[in-house]
Amino acid sequence: MASVVTNTQSPAVDAPGRPEVAAIALSVGLGLAVLFVAGFAGPEILHTVAHDGRHALSFPCH
Amino acid sequence: MLRRIVLAAAAAGVLAGLLLTLVQHWQVIPLIREAETYEAGTAAAAAKAGAAVRFVAEAAGGGWARAALALLMNVAVGIGGGLVLSALIALRGGAGWREGLIWGGAAFAALSLAPALGLPPELPGAVAAGLPARQLWWLAAAASTAVGLALLAFARPRLVKAAGALALAVPHAIGAPAPGGGAGLAPPELVARFAVASLFAAAVFWVALGALCGHFWRRLGRS
Repeated sequence: MASVVTNTQSPAVDAPGRPEVAAIALSVGLGLAVLFVAGFAGPEILHTVAHDGRHALSFPCH
Repeated sequence: MLRRIVLAAAAAGVLAGLLLTLVQHWQVIPLIREAETYEAGTAAAAAKAGAAVRFVAEAAGGGWARAALALLMNVAVGIGGGLVLSALIALRGGAGWREGLIWGGAAFAALSLAPALGLPPELPGAVAAGLPARQLWWLAAAASTAVGLALLAFARPRLVKAAGALALAVPHAIGAPAPGGGAGLAPPELVARFAVASLFAAAVFWVALGALCGHFWRRLGRS
């Protein structure tokens, strides 16, 4: 893992540098978007696909 | 880094999604089906609730198509959740499956347990407040719990830790949108069994997902 000089985080052994923080932020955003579409998105076709899963994972449904 | 996060999330998400589908078919789906028989008994409910779902179920004799849709949904949630968990594992400097277990437990607490305290897992045909209000409270409870747990676990100053504990409590102090009067269509025994079964399935799923993310994260670093 690349060590970046501008890293101001607490001195963890393997703390991520700046490009890595960008990758982490992108992944979190993408993951949350997928979760949102699966759990909440309205269109009937998505609701049909996700129906049982929404009930089973205790997302609010209908 | 991005490649490692995405690969760990994909591998963990597919496996955890498969596991969740198995647990659901054994524990949860039979209860949803049973509740739908009560729901189908009322004309009003039949008009609003999931005509398309019934179409899909009937088109395939109620069997494989519905199972395939459930698998698709579960793998999607697995990959989405896996992306977030793997990214957080990366942010904290890596983990193996043991630390992953804890990450998965925290995800379960934030995304299932805390929202379920205000909005118990619903069977089709349940009595509940309007959907937008419930979705908003659900999101707020999940976000507040996630932030609260993170502050409790990672913040150094005591005051910030206390703010974390407060964040855990706030959504429940405000309270979830209350359902209107009247009873749901399914019998209370069925509703109780469903609440436990669905939380159980969610716990298995999130803990497995976290452990798998930690496992694949470490393994991908070695190669």
